[in-house]
Amino acid sequence: MGRLVWLARRLVHGLGLMLAVLVLNFVLVRLAPGDPAVVIAGEMGGASAQVMEQIRAQYGLDRSMPEQLLRYLGHVLSGDLGYSFYFNRPVAGLVFERMGATALLVLAAIGSALVLGTWLGIVAAQRPRGVAAQMVAIVSVAGFAAPVFWTGMMLLLAFASYWPIFPVSGMEDVGQPRHGVGWLVDVAHHLVLPASTLAMIYMAQYSRQARAGMIAALGADYIRTARAKGLGEARVVYRHALANAMIPVITIAGLQFGQVLAGAVLVETVYSWPGLGRLAYESILRRDSPTLLGILLGSSVMVILANLATDAAYRLADPRMRGVL
Amino acid sequence: MTGSIRRRGVLSGASVAVAGMGAAGMGPARAQPIDPKRGGTLVMLGATTRHVNPAIQSGTPAGLPGTQIFASPLRFDDQWNPLPYLAETWVLAPDGLSLTLNLVKTAVFHDGAPVTSADVAFSIAVIQKNHPFKTMLEPVTGVDTPDPHTAIIRMARAHPAILLAMSPALCPILPKHVYGDGRDILTHPANTAPVGSGPYRLTEFKAGESIVLERFDRFFIPGRPYLDKIVMRIIADVPTALLAMERQEINYIPYVTTVRDAERLGKQAHIQVSEKGFEGIGALNWLAFNTAKKPLDDKRVRQGLAYLADRTRMLRVLQGGKVPVALTPIHPGSPLYTTDVNRYEYDLKKAEALLDEAGYRKGADGTRFKITIDTIPGAVETSTGVAEFLRGQFKRAGVELELRTAPDFPTWAQRVAGQEFDLATDAVFNWGDPVIGVHRTYLSRNIRKGVIWSNTQSYANAKVDALLDTAAAEPDPVKRRGEYAEFQKIVVDDVPILFLHPFPYTQAAHAGLKGLPTTIWGPMAPWDDLYWEAAARR
Repeated sequence: MGRLVWLARRLVHGLGLMLAVLVLNFVLVRLAPGDPAVVIAGEMGGASAQVMEQIRAQYGLDRSMPEQLLRYLGHVLSGDLGYSFYFNRPVAGLVFERMGATALLVLAAIGSALVLGTWLGIVAAQRPRGVAAQMVAIVSVAGFAAPVFWTGMMLLLAFASYWPIFPVSGMEDVGQPRHGVGWLVDVAHHLVLPASTLAMIYMAQYSRQARAGMIAALGADYIRTARAKGLGEARVVYRHALANAMIPVITIAGLQFGQVLAGAVLVETVYSWPGLGRLAYESILRRDSPTLLGILLGSSVMVILANLATDAAYRLADPRMRGVL
Repeated sequence: MTGSIRRRGVLSGASVAVAGMGAAGMGPARAQPIDPKRGGTLVMLGATTRHVNPAIQSGTPAGLPGTQIFASPLRFDDQWNPLPYLAETWVLAPDGLSLTLNLVKTAVFHDGAPVTSADVAFSIAVIQKNHPFKTMLEPVTGVDTPDPHTAIIRMARAHPAILLAMSPALCPILPKHVYGDGRDILTHPANTAPVGSGPYRLTEFKAGESIVLERFDRFFIPGRPYLDKIVMRIIADVPTALLAMERQEINYIPYVTTVRDAERLGKQAHIQVSEKGFEGIGALNWLAFNTAKKPLDDKRVRQGLAYLADRTRMLRVLQGGKVPVALTPIHPGSPLYTTDVNRYEYDLKKAEALLDEAGYRKGADGTRFKITIDTIPGAVETSTGVAEFLRGQFKRAGVELELRTAPDFPTWAQRVAGQEFDLATDAVFNWGDPVIGVHRTYLSRNIRKGVIWSNTQSYANAKVDALLDTAAAEPDPVKRRGEYAEFQKIVVDDVPILFLHPFPYTQAAHAGLKGLPTTIWGPMAPWDDLYWEAAARR
């Protein structure tokens, strides 16, 4: 199958999936108890019945649910993500503003987890019964099992309170100008704790996968051949074995892009990281469905793209996949 | 961080000698005199808000920045006395039918336009039409503007609450030339890019993230404000906010909501805490009864439950005894508060007798009836803790209490506003004068299904209705106090609500921050006299 046909088919699938995601999310959000007008009135310190009607009319909440859904779909298809009930501004701008912070956090977390996790997996695979391997197993399982918010709080207590070497919250020092090398260093300094918290969960999975893959690969015939050819240990491990052991790791990494937002909600809330996760959390608390739907739509696009990229990575890593995918 | 403190400290130390030269009477465009109080940035905890225009929305999230951005006709001291603000003098007519405001002549808006009586008239009309507190300006018939610096508010009847209605959070003066351009005020773009005449102007509004205010150099009170910049950072997670305060990443939390958190912060050497400044908003934590539902429609049942509640012990258990009992619908910090009411001290025998009398005798299993309680999501001490404590108390007399904890505010609000509850914990604000924040809960004409913080208890007592209407228009302060005392007595006897305690607010600030806002409106008043002590300045 040609590469273009493959891509076109995947895109059509992706669009259908997005539409399904939109409808499903819309219905789910509306099924939650609670009325956005009551929330807005609550924040106003109470409101008369007339004001409540006004709020409902302003955001089209006085219409029937199918009508609201159709209107919403119409708007989204014409590129309009709607108007946030709560933040009182177009959703697209709001989501776009927060996207960068989340992208930075997620890429830093997944990137560092991927590198570190794989390396730990390799170390563990080289001596499966050694002390290092046992340590890796313990740390991996603990990192995976601990709830994100707990890990976050513990890291905060340790590295922001007991040994105050990292800032507690936010993405930048408010006093700093927002440009230059100083600012980049400042953002990186703020990034360490939230990214590490998020990386902990992923790292566990990568190291487990890499370990299993490497153990299998290192026992394979072609590795014996490679060794017999007289290749150095490093070359055998990193070039020959790793290339094959990486395929399951790529699969996991691709899947995880989908779960990343779930982790980001907690991490961003604990660390006050100004990203989409925190925005999602606040929108849920306020029943701000347009904003929440905008974020979910954005993340579904992200997941679809990530899947596409994963498949493309397979095709690169393993030529045999080209016939299947 | 420390380096910059030291540097700034040395600079301002050197400037002390020149200070105090430009004390008063200079025009707004003069060069700034050097003042030891001047300078520095305050980074503080902010709250998520839709916009910063308090004319169309109440509540602290909009009110905190709003009262810095907009000036109001009057402000108040810590003894409920009005003080001049945009109005340098004012006269409330003896018949109570008009309030004349004589405006400061030097006041200008952040865009340079003068503040005139036309702006006052415009703002009062906007507030009357759009502010959620409909009773606040209800009797106002119009505002006369005989000259640019005189505004006369005309009222259909005497309305003593009018003075408190001129407070910073309740009566922001909006520039007519900005907000009166014909666009809908509820969605006006200037609500997030405001133009006011207050001590600080807004320079950045990032929804749900931060609000930045900067000193307004032409503020009409000479020499003020002192701070150069205020950054309100929104940190949603309370433990993170407390840690940020301990680490001096933020240096002011205007509303610490639990005794436990306040004590934790107060233990730090660099932090000062104050319980002053919350009398005006008058937040009460209470237990609401749905008087329209059986068995709570019977006053004797409600009284019986009140005798079981044992608030003193509840507060000892939940708040370490550090919070007093609130006996009545009026906040203990208000001059109208009375303690001459039934106190419902714990009395199991009395409670059982009342429940028996109402016809709810113990069944074979020892149970009289089963009711539910909805808790408002928030601190355990003020919501679920109360419910759990009450469950144990009620059980002593055979009343089963089932907890329905709501995962978040909207779920709770839907149940309470929809009047689908038996008992519910709630925190409600007095807002200064009872007419503004108290009447809404008890007037039978304010039973409105679906409206949060209306009379959701479905409480109806013709005598209370009449008393509240009389007191609202009572020009004689002594008589008015008597009427409200009687109102409190009746409501406490009827128990549509069992009042628990004043909400335990505390403000916490860096010890180097002086002039904390501790008037009756506390943090919701202009911070024009808030300053960094030179040594601690940042």
